[in-house]
Amino acid sequence: MNITRRHILILLPAAAVAWKSVLAGTPEDSPNYNMSEHWWGMLIDISKCIGCGNCVRACQTENDLPDGFFRTWVERYHRSDWHLENPEVISPDGGKEGFPSVQDDPGGEYFFVPKMCNHCADSPCTQVCPVGATFISPDGVVLIDQTYCMGCAYCVQACPYGCRYIHPTKKVADKCTLCYHRITKGLTTACCEACPTGTRQLADLKNPKDPIHEFLKTHKVQVLKPQLATGAKAFYNDLDGSVR
Amino acid sequence: MNGFKDAGHLFRFAGLFVVAFLVFWVVRGFVVPKSFGQYGHYRAAAVSEYAARPVKFAGHQACEACHTDIASTKAGGKHAQVNCEACHGALAKHAEDPTSLTPPKPDTAVLCVRCHAASAAKPKDFPQIDAVSHANGVPCETCHNPHSPAIGAPPAAAKGGAQ
Repeated sequence: MNITRRHILILLPAAAVAWKSVLAGTPEDSPNYNMSEHWWGMLIDISKCIGCGNCVRACQTENDLPDGFFRTWVERYHRSDWHLENPEVISPDGGKEGFPSVQDDPGGEYFFVPKMCNHCADSPCTQVCPVGATFISPDGVVLIDQTYCMGCAYCVQACPYGCRYIHPTKKVADKCTLCYHRITKGLTTACCEACPTGTRQLADLKNPKDPIHEFLKTHKVQVLKPQLATGAKAFYNDLDGSVR
Repeated sequence: MNGFKDAGHLFRFAGLFVVAFLVFWVVRGFVVPKSFGQYGHYRAAAVSEYAARPVKFAGHQACEACHTDIASTKAGGKHAQVNCEACHGALAKHAEDPTSLTPPKPDTAVLCVRCHAASAAKPKDFPQIDAVSHANGVPCETCHNPHSPAIGAPPAAAKGGAQ
């Protein structure tokens, strides 16, 4: 068979495409885990939180976090009866060792609000990364490629929920991974596992059998800062209007 | 061909551009990670690297597989929904190889009040006590079985070892 110029014109691009797929390699998925079948989020039921700090400690243990840095933390709000706008918020050491007791009750409402990465579907943090180090995985988890991150901290500033920090020794951005190493193995996150009251529940929004769907239908569930249209997937039940 | 008579310098310059582009293309091929762009503008291999990390909390299913006696005590009590590692801590090592690590017995004096100390911020229907007036120094497990804490509930299994 004679190879004509026409053949070469067809073969060359085909070879280039084939070579590219060879270079890309095959993805190393966890067995029995298909990314396209999941879309992860979290349900946080404020009415159940007792502020024990179990989630904070569990997160620090599971992910070897440095002291003083938190991927999840618990805030205690004190909102006065007459003024919604300026609640008093405390979170001593992230709520890790509990909270000081309330001595003289000055009235108003006290409640705990666990905070964490909202794993936004339209996350501001991934949009500002100049090098493609942070991204939303195909199953809806916002992750950081720490070998690629150069520690510019744009994302730390961009996150409207304050969920990112620069790791003190690695000098790269760090944040909640929604325990990606656990949820891909069929386990729940460390914070959910350690939560004694069921305040936190991992939710798979693509799974039609997940109880989250019934919960969202039957409860008044909100996300934080909805006006920013971040597509936050940390759903808060019984959220007070003063929470920011 | 008169139009190209004095255009040699243009062709040399164009050649330079072509060479520079080829060099860029080759260098780019080397420095851009292989899986970059597979799912989006990031290194796809980072996703599986996260998934490959080891777990530290075994998960209550792993505990219940061996400790069936505790699991059944707990299932009938007020602490049914409290997962084992909420109190006992991260024990994936113990779950993988029970002989490698014997979990320490949690100190109830610290553990119980962490959740049950009275606070104005806790939900009103959550059982809360003032540690001093409630027990006056008597250890919690004297009256309450932590796995089924209601008074009069079945007593704690002697040692709680695996079946």
